[in-house]
Amino acid sequence: MGASERFSVRVEVHLREGIADPQGATIERALPALGLTGVTAVRAGKSFRFDVAAADEADALAQATVVADRLLANPVIEESSVTVLPAGVGSAGVGSAGVGSTA
Amino acid sequence: MATRVGVVNFPGTNCEHDAILAVQRMGASAELVWHGDTSVAGYDALILPGGFAHGDYLRPGAIARFSPVMEAVSRFAADGGPVVGVCNGFQVLTEAGLLPGALQKNRGLRFLCTTVDLRVETSDSVITAGVAVGTGLSIPINHFEGNYTCDAATLAMLRAEERVVLRYVDNPNGSIDDIAGVCNESRNVVGLMPHPERASDPLLGSVDGTVLIGALLRSVEGAMTPTATVA
Repeated sequence: MGASERFSVRVEVHLREGIADPQGATIERALPALGLTGVTAVRAGKSFRFDVAAADEADALAQATVVADRLLANPVIEESSVTVLPAGVGSAGVGSAGVGSTA
Repeated sequence: MATRVGVVNFPGTNCEHDAILAVQRMGASAELVWHGDTSVAGYDALILPGGFAHGDYLRPGAIARFSPVMEAVSRFAADGGPVVGVCNGFQVLTEAGLLPGALQKNRGLRFLCTTVDLRVETSDSVITAGVAVGTGLSIPINHFEGNYTCDAATLAMLRAEERVVLRYVDNPNGSIDDIAGVCNESRNVVGLMPHPERASDPLLGSVDGTVLIGALLRSVEGAMTPTATVA
């Protein structure tokens, strides 16, 4: 096995479109107190970071997708997006899979 | 031989002793089954009680689904054994895929601890066998994630197959179609958010929970009669 490299992965989990998001709605209702009235469509979600030992980026993405699909997200109500981050401390990266919903 | 009920105890479960006491008071025996156990042999029925299994980390039931005992629970259910998930136990059963749908945060983001009125919607489940449709029950709820949801196709199936076991009379949490409890296709696995064990003694304000626990015990006894058992 050639799982020689470590890849940093980020998984974001959001409620599916059409599933009520009471957290997002509550955050949105708080915004006018900041004087902001133009911020809409707030959706709350979760973000996970972890490292994967993998042969290459595609392998890392595949493994992380298993983690996302089988544990981090409940497919009945949630969807996930998996991103393999660039080497080093990266921001947004390449290899995005799935559908990211907001912002 | 007395009916033996196994009460599955995850780290963070907190209603296990209430469930045991409620079952014992109705003449059956009940004991704890540790989540690390890999067998549920010898039990006639299983209860997954309420609480916060594995701290409810990630999502309620998301980690509990991977506890070693869950494979045994799944096999027990597949063999027709009665399995009842109460509150957190309901959440565990949906996460484990033994029941359809999911339980999300209550509408209004309020933790709800109150007594609710329920309506029995089918007599064909292990907790409502012999209980007339339309029977009213007053039983406590105690949850933050009790808002039952599922996609439109699943809801249509649940309705068509009459698998909604209990409905709220006055929906407290936003559950789709007022659903308080559902069963699987074989009707031996039931999940419900209300806590029957907390309505099992006059001191607790209601004994309506004994209607459901009694039905569960009768279901087991029915299944154990010689005519229904393959030798």
